[in-house]
Amino acid sequence: MSTQGEARQQEPGRSDSLPLLMADGVSKTYISGTFRKSYTHALDTVTLSVPMEPPSITAIAGESGSGKTTLARTILGLVRPTSGRVLYRGVDISQMDRAAYAQFRREVQVVFQDPFESYNPFYKVDHVLQTPIKRYNLARSRSATRDLVIKALQTVGLRADETLGRYPHQLSGGQRQRVMVARAVMLEPKIIVADEPVSMVDASLRATILETLREMNERLGISILYITHDLTTAYQLAENIIIMYQGRVAEAGGVEEVINSPTHPYTQQLVDSIPHPDPDTQWGTNDESTFTSEIVSAGCNFYDRCPSAMERCRDASPPLYRNDMQRVSRCYLHADHEQFDLNDLREVFSN
Amino acid sequence: MTTETLAGTSELGNGNGLDSNGGVPLRVDGLKVYYHTRRGPVKAVDGVSFQVARGERLGLVGESGSGKSTIALALMRAHKPPARIETGRILLNGRDLLEDNEKTTRFRRLSEVAMVPQGALNSLNPVMRIRDQVVDGLKDHGVRMSKSQFAERVAELLSSVGLPQEAASRFPHELSGGMKQRVSIAIAISMNPSLIIADEPTSALDVVVQKQVVQTLKDVQERIGAAAIMIGHDMGLMAQFASRIGIMYGGRIVEMGDARDILKDPKHPYSKLLISSLPDTRRKRKLLGIPGLPPSLLNPPSGCVFHPRCTEAMDICKRDLPVELELTKGRVGACHLYSADDEGQHTS
Repeated sequence: MSTQGEARQQEPGRSDSLPLLMADGVSKTYISGTFRKSYTHALDTVTLSVPMEPPSITAIAGESGSGKTTLARTILGLVRPTSGRVLYRGVDISQMDRAAYAQFRREVQVVFQDPFESYNPFYKVDHVLQTPIKRYNLARSRSATRDLVIKALQTVGLRADETLGRYPHQLSGGQRQRVMVARAVMLEPKIIVADEPVSMVDASLRATILETLREMNERLGISILYITHDLTTAYQLAENIIIMYQGRVAEAGGVEEVINSPTHPYTQQLVDSIPHPDPDTQWGTNDESTFTSEIVSAGCNFYDRCPSAMERCRDASPPLYRNDMQRVSRCYLHADHEQFDLNDLREVFSN
Repeated sequence: MTTETLAGTSELGNGNGLDSNGGVPLRVDGLKVYYHTRRGPVKAVDGVSFQVARGERLGLVGESGSGKSTIALALMRAHKPPARIETGRILLNGRDLLEDNEKTTRFRRLSEVAMVPQGALNSLNPVMRIRDQVVDGLKDHGVRMSKSQFAERVAELLSSVGLPQEAASRFPHELSGGMKQRVSIAIAISMNPSLIIADEPTSALDVVVQKQVVQTLKDVQERIGAAAIMIGHDMGLMAQFASRIGIMYGGRIVEMGDARDILKDPKHPYSKLLISSLPDTRRKRKLLGIPGLPPSLLNPPSGCVFHPRCTEAMDICKRDLPVELELTKGRVGACHLYSADDEGQHTS
């Protein structure tokens, strides 16, 4: 269902050559139960690429269960897709030889949500920074190792004398998270997948970490996939955004378009629910009474929560419609536009 | 809400009547709560005073370690060793909670002060139907009614938080996180308390559900006319919920006042930096964090706790603890920039 031929090495209609990274129609279905099997479609046919140039920041946003983390883990090769492929520099990561896989692992780095869980509490912070240097032979001598570590810490705005020689619990959450960014940056990656990097970090430090990621993008040319549930930080950081709902892409496009004039009823609901720290932008009243509680298995997965559900939404899931140059929306409200469904989402992204 | 269903709840002074406290159900005076560790006392709450009027919604906002959750625990008298209340008074409906014996404390919980717990916590009993959990609280507080009256009261409570009647016969695991939080709200208001405390009630809930839960809380609080305190770190949520905001830092309230005024025109340097660090969806801009690190409460900085991170710090800030004073009408804060006899007096 998902290995469309159009996503082979060269994408038709795109001037730039081979994408750096491509999730090509990836799906992930979890099966549970022995006798009566139940299927959870954590991810349903998502095609997305990250170009070689220019370096980009793309947000992947959604609620819990939307599939955003599954998509991230699939791209990282931590989850093997049920169907579809992940291509890095044109090669399927599940069929790479040792050298190509090592390059992939080095060039695609990750920053996870909980900065504490990424550490071994018995090792000093230095360890987390030295391991990749040894692993990838980045430095020949002890002093060269130290220089690299100090330089990486400086890149993320940390001072070596305040960070090194300490145990993880002696650092603040924000420092720990920035050390993880430093570790990722040290390997000179092409892509950083940041999975909710600030959701466990206090407000005053959140801005600093996001700004660090932005600088990594601007100064070092690293592309960033920013996985988040928070639309305001997505708006600030990313150029483009993918809104996921129950494993499917609900809406995708430029952040200005998607967040400031959402067209999918789900995105509209998300945007309406943003708690703005502004007394003049107050929430409207609860509007949940408009929902049906009927869950339709064949139709649109948002049917039960949708205030504009129609008859046809029960029968079949809508494809993505390209309702704008810089946007696609999975909703029959936009059925008068051209279908986009299986194409690379990158096509609607600016830059 | 019918009056007879509330019969029997007033024997120990249900707080809804305006008595000696003149419409101010809660008054906290000089509260200090320290955690006694081997390395010395951790001053989690270090001299906090505030009051909440009937029908008012106060938001206490702060980062982790600012003392906000410890205040919530102290108000419920649910703090455990090594936490100890050093000094202070917590007057609820005119009577000091800290002087109550265990039996009275237990009774005043729910009937006078009720808690909506953190969304991430499973505070409901997993093996008990929702109906029984609601009734349990009522019975525990001496409410005696017939079975059908209890059923009616449960139905009334569930519908007041927007839950369908079927929810009564469900077990917690059959409900979504948002529905469970609504059940917690229903239980919290079941005895018409005069104070509702909600400690990060929507952590771990998705934004759409978060909005629904917070609005439900606001609705029922307005309906029963209770005072409410919401504790959290999300300034956006505070802006949506609170009528008054207290900003906490290092165990103290550094600024407190009308929610709108504080958000539009913060006075304390920490409030200013905090509010300007918040991302919005209006325009893209450089995000500025607050330099430095949160203070160690074991070994707090001298003088003003915020001075090492403050962009406007003066010499006096390293020496003297600023006292709380009225900055503008209805706004209190503790900052040397605003004290009249200090070197750098500000007027704004």
